[in-house]
Amino acid sequence: MKREFGLVIVLIVLFGVCHWAQPRFTDPRNLNSILLWMPLLLVAAVGQFPVIVARGIDISIGSILGLSAISVGVLLKSNPHLPVPALFVIGALVGLLLGCLNGLVIAFGKVPAVVATIGTLTAFRGLTFVLSQGEQVNSTAVPDSLTKLASKGIDIGQVTLSWLLVIGLLVAAIAWFAARYLQFYRDIFAYGSNPDAAYLRGISPKTVQMIGYGASGLLSGVAGTMYLARFGTANPGSVGSGFELIVIAAVAIGGVKITGGSGSIPGVILGCLLLASINVALVVLGIDANWQTLVYGATILIALIIDTLSNRRRALA
Amino acid sequence: MKRPEWIPAILTIAVVVFFAAISPDFRDFRYLLSNTSLYAETGLLAIGMTLIIISGNIDLSVGSSVVLTACLVAKFSSEGTPLPVSVLFALIIGTLLGTINGLLITLAKLPSFLVTLATMALFRGAAEAIMGPASAKVPHALKGIDRPDLFGLPYPLLIFLVVLAIVGIVLHRMILGRWLFGIGTNAEAARYTGFPVNKATISAFAITGLLVGIAALILDSRLGVARNDLAKGYELEAITIVVAGGTAISGGKGTMLGTLLSWLLLYFTKTGMGVNNVKPEYQLTIVGLILVLSVFAQNVAASFSNTRQPKPTKIQTG
Repeated sequence: MKREFGLVIVLIVLFGVCHWAQPRFTDPRNLNSILLWMPLLLVAAVGQFPVIVARGIDISIGSILGLSAISVGVLLKSNPHLPVPALFVIGALVGLLLGCLNGLVIAFGKVPAVVATIGTLTAFRGLTFVLSQGEQVNSTAVPDSLTKLASKGIDIGQVTLSWLLVIGLLVAAIAWFAARYLQFYRDIFAYGSNPDAAYLRGISPKTVQMIGYGASGLLSGVAGTMYLARFGTANPGSVGSGFELIVIAAVAIGGVKITGGSGSIPGVILGCLLLASINVALVVLGIDANWQTLVYGATILIALIIDTLSNRRRALA
Repeated sequence: MKRPEWIPAILTIAVVVFFAAISPDFRDFRYLLSNTSLYAETGLLAIGMTLIIISGNIDLSVGSSVVLTACLVAKFSSEGTPLPVSVLFALIIGTLLGTINGLLITLAKLPSFLVTLATMALFRGAAEAIMGPASAKVPHALKGIDRPDLFGLPYPLLIFLVVLAIVGIVLHRMILGRWLFGIGTNAEAARYTGFPVNKATISAFAITGLLVGIAALILDSRLGVARNDLAKGYELEAITIVVAGGTAISGGKGTMLGTLLSWLLLYFTKTGMGVNNVKPEYQLTIVGLILVLSVFAQNVAASFSNTRQPKPTKIQTG
């Protein structure tokens, strides 16, 4: 739990510094925008978690999010009265299908994960254009019952936990339970720490990889429907593009060892919260929009370096 | 499978025959040649990427490095700097960016795909910060490298081929190449053998940086303006070329010939789709598929050759 403790301290320091520099940072309105930043990130990061623990990586999640958001949008055009749960099921199914495709290519085709998912990143993005005919999903097509999930929620004082965030935390809670108590999740950890030993113990690498990439796809698909709920529109060219970078950064900052074998769901939640806070802080501190990507990249790099340095010290002690 | 290059070679021939049969435009040799200018930039990046991937690393930041260099050079040279100084400036900036990647990977002991995922955002972010939404005009002296040609060969193609030959010699005939193959096969063993692992890794990234500088110059010269949203997806295309050319993504295996052949494959495929008015979005899907399928095909081929009985070693007697 040491790692999570450190993250909490970083968060407190970040909030303190930002509040000192710009008191507006801790306004309820601003906290709301941090909380609204989190759900998509959190759901996709929980999906990425088993993949990275099992020594893999899924770079295609931004395109999976995009393709499932567009699929839901296209379906909504012809059936505008689909109920909200159905929209989530459709998003999830599209994501699961694409994730399993990744899994098949990686587990059975033995294509390295980086290559396979860079390839499917492009292929899925192309399919997004094909499916949407290049047209964006209009806000008129997205029903209010869906966008309400982002604007309404549980109010605590002036701070709102949107329904999207509730869904995100629920997903994280299920994953946390699974990672702690379910055997197949323990198998993923075992495989990530030592694939050879895990194999001798009877853990099939193919199963581990299929579950990982399937979960990653499924949850990115859910995030696709959440994207429509939050933004109300989706452009086939830009929906979810670059999302993989943010998610992988959140997971890495959350203390999941990028070389596999260890990590925790509470860490991932804190990593997402930290990234969301940094992003909102950039806006509130009035940093020119043109500088945001730069500061963002630097943050990730610094987090990675701190991570390696602290790991090295722990190894020496 | 001793020579995995036969896969891109056969595919290239098949693609050429197919498109030549269905479209007369594809048979126009002059058009085909002039079109190579569009692919020289990612080709140059692929040459550097071959070194990096053979050493067991990857560089996801090359597209961002190109855009940052291109923007800096355009900005710098539009203030009336003479051409040779601008060229030198581009090469230095590119090499510097590559070296930064190499240093971060070796000194901080971080996986290369993570470091370069971060510098991918960092470098493009720097380009966005420097340029803002504006675009910088490239001065006249630097423009139009793709227009004139030598004996009918466009200059970008010539630069690509010359660089390919030089880096090919470095990879296959010089000690740096041996080090990179060694590191890619087994970094720990290479370290114990006394290979200068860090030096070689940084060199591979620095060489790629130098090629980034050249690619940025060609991009500036070809387009005449620089903006912060150029060169998107270049890293993907470079990786596709390298991996489809039979270089093992896990390192230790690969040839420059394979990179050349698969560059031809990608170029003919894209040109063929272009002259047949295939929509760009379909092209995107097809390029992604080429990447995955070529690696898959190589795995299948390798598994067939592995199951064959190994030939008994000849023992020299007398």
